[in-house]
Amino acid sequence: MNKFENEMKLEIVSKSNNEAFARITVAAFAAQLDPTIEEIADIKTAVSEAVTNSIIHGYENGEGKITIKAKISENTIYIEISDLGKGIEDVETAKQPLYTSKPDLERSGMGFTIMESFMDEVKVESIVGLGTKVSMKKKIKKESLNPINEGDSINS
Amino acid sequence: MNVRYIEKDKLLYFDLTEEIDHHTTEEIRRRADYEIERYMPKRVIFNFNSVSFMDSAGIGMLLGRYKMVKMIGGELGIINVKKNIRKVLEMCGILKLIPIYETV
Repeated sequence: MNKFENEMKLEIVSKSNNEAFARITVAAFAAQLDPTIEEIADIKTAVSEAVTNSIIHGYENGEGKITIKAKISENTIYIEISDLGKGIEDVETAKQPLYTSKPDLERSGMGFTIMESFMDEVKVESIVGLGTKVSMKKKIKKESLNPINEGDSINS
Repeated sequence: MNVRYIEKDKLLYFDLTEEIDHHTTEEIRRRADYEIERYMPKRVIFNFNSVSFMDSAGIGMLLGRYKMVKMIGGELGIINVKKNIRKVLEMCGILKLIPIYETV
């Protein structure tokens, strides 16, 4: 099988109406791996969570830039979402299900939990005062390109 | 979002018409709270028929409305939920509080 590589980079300002733009763009890029509808939904949701975190927590709804990089290598997509915001003091605590540093905003505290269950791998690197980078990967499980058709299996 | 109120059943019905994320929940929240306070319904239904996407911001929004409806002695449910959205709802474990109704 041919090794397939491709890359994209997108920079957005931290405005909430860019959340949809970011997830749709990454989903469109991922489409070349021929994912299932469910796999696309997983990727869109994970991207939306990470971008929203940058806007609400990284920049606290203020001004800033968010960089979204995606790379395809064979049948895996690698996505990196980074901001230059205030950073996360304790990443392990932030990742706990239902934990939110902003309960007044009706946040569910499920962002990292969703990223971790919808993607194969999630890595969070953060330095207080410098920013946060979320790296995720997901393998697109392609159906066999040469499915055995019924006639063949009966004859063999 | 379209809103309908059925007086005889004290049923307040929200037809959600957009993708649900941090951006869109601001407006949904504002409108829903206004209508709930206005009608004081016994039942509130969010119809997800036209919703193709929801992330955890939707969970926060639903939980907030759940608390509000519960406080006035009503109940909150959702209908017509697509598979990918059901997955988010299940993962967050809120279906015990906010059931998916098959029919209204």
